[in-house]
Amino acid sequence: MIVPAPAHTHAVETEQLSRLFGSFTAVDRVSLRVNYGEIFGFLGANGAGKTTAIRMLCGLLMPSSGSGRVAGFDVYRQSELIKRHIGYMSQKFSLYPDLTGRENLDFYGAAYGLGNTALRARIDELTERLELGQFIHQLAGKLPVGWRQRLALAAAILHRPRILFLDEPTGGVDPVFRRKFWGLLYELAESGVAIFVTTHYMDEAEYCGRLSIMHRGGIIEQGRPFELKKKHATASLEDLFVNLILSREAERA
Amino acid sequence: MAFLIAEDISKKYGENHALDRFCLSIDPAEIFALVGPDGAGKTTLIRILCRLLDPDSGRVTIDGVDTSREYDRVKPLLGYMPQQFSLYPDLSVEENMTFYAGLYGLTGEPYRAKRDRLYEFSNLGPFSGRRAGALSGGMKQKLALSCALIHDPRLLILDEPTTGVDPLSRRQLWEILLQLKSEGVTVLVSTPYMDEVARCDRAAFIFRGRKLSEDTPTALAASFVGRIFYIDCEPTTSLVERANTIPDISAIRFGAGLHLYLRQDDSLDRHLGELAAIGIDRQQITPIDADLEDRFIQLMETKA
Repeated sequence: MIVPAPAHTHAVETEQLSRLFGSFTAVDRVSLRVNYGEIFGFLGANGAGKTTAIRMLCGLLMPSSGSGRVAGFDVYRQSELIKRHIGYMSQKFSLYPDLTGRENLDFYGAAYGLGNTALRARIDELTERLELGQFIHQLAGKLPVGWRQRLALAAAILHRPRILFLDEPTGGVDPVFRRKFWGLLYELAESGVAIFVTTHYMDEAEYCGRLSIMHRGGIIEQGRPFELKKKHATASLEDLFVNLILSREAERA
Repeated sequence: MAFLIAEDISKKYGENHALDRFCLSIDPAEIFALVGPDGAGKTTLIRILCRLLDPDSGRVTIDGVDTSREYDRVKPLLGYMPQQFSLYPDLSVEENMTFYAGLYGLTGEPYRAKRDRLYEFSNLGPFSGRRAGALSGGMKQKLALSCALIHDPRLLILDEPTTGVDPLSRRQLWEILLQLKSEGVTVLVSTPYMDEVARCDRAAFIFRGRKLSEDTPTALAASFVGRIFYIDCEPTTSLVERANTIPDISAIRFGAGLHLYLRQDDSLDRHLGELAAIGIDRQQITPIDADLEDRFIQLMETKA
């Protein structure tokens, strides 16, 4: 059954959201607002707490304290509804390598409860829009990385989620493919989808409308890429990222 | 004399030319990048250079030694870090290093001295007892690099070493490569990421088994033909479309703004009226330099 989302303005909205594992604070009082139609880059080194934060936002992990709403649903009490209203794609997870692209999409469509006719039409539409062409009939495990990623994107948006979480979606993908992939993300954003994306590549962070940088569980900087570079007087986001983290670490020492 | 020379390397898989008369020449203590899309032939070339794969034709020499004739003499000179993590996940950090050292006959005190030096490099010392499979992405790569360096190779070949590694770990990895260079080690690294190319002495763009261009990163970026401007605006699809209808201008969305591309001999002033007509004002426009990615895409589009 489709439960309509309650009235809300932000795709993602958290206030002081935290998660502890024993005495370790993995996510430390994170307050975020992500708008519909926005591409929001969620940056941080390995171990900064990004994955824990995303797991809470996707309804996979209960927060320890603070509040949060995703698509208007409460992260404590409505995690099942959140799961149905979001799309999720990661470079590690997703496709079954021994199924063809089409079979993968059929599987996900059934899992989301899409009826046969609607599913067929939606798969045809995405095949055309993502230019999957004949690749849809090949085994997912045999596809070149760039095509596998597009197929994974198709699976993640099959049920027309209004919020899309992408965890390092383009690892190992070449520049031409990445530009195309980002072209698709821009189209989705413009149709009103909120896109929440993590990446380790700062040239890719440049493509985001807004960025946040996470360090030791907390958000240490937020803003538009162009403004952030101006504010910190750095030519590249990578310098900005590395300098910010090194100066934080120096303060601790 | 060049330390690594590849002459006219060709390799076919069925009818597909994975490599087509590919030539490469890398000087001692040079860091050289091999850049190209998925399937361009990077990994095939690297496997041939490391003698893991035989070419259909062509010749590879390392330090003047022909690898097909005297591989035993070349092997100690060569360190190779493959794309896939290929260490033993059930062995500890230290056990992996001991194992690789043993393959090269390095044991006892010389091994321990080398190990300690590599720990200084990698900061993996505190994790020596941890299972390799339980390391983070960046630490795994540093362990793989340590194992590739255990026998003091003079040529280090790395196949996409930083995929999935965070910016801080990547920077540390690059600091290690620069340190090796200062000690005279020659480095060949493949990568799909342009910001890494910028750290190398020279780079070659590879596409469909052929070399498109080769030069220093600065010269490669500067060889872009045209002029680029950043427009600080709300980059809607309809704005991109309207900008693209202006003769002699091509526009792409770039993050929170637009990039406009003009021909080399064109001037922005000539287009200010047309841009104003679609709501773009002079104040929103900043000229920017072409980067390596701009040039790479330009070259690929020319060849495609």
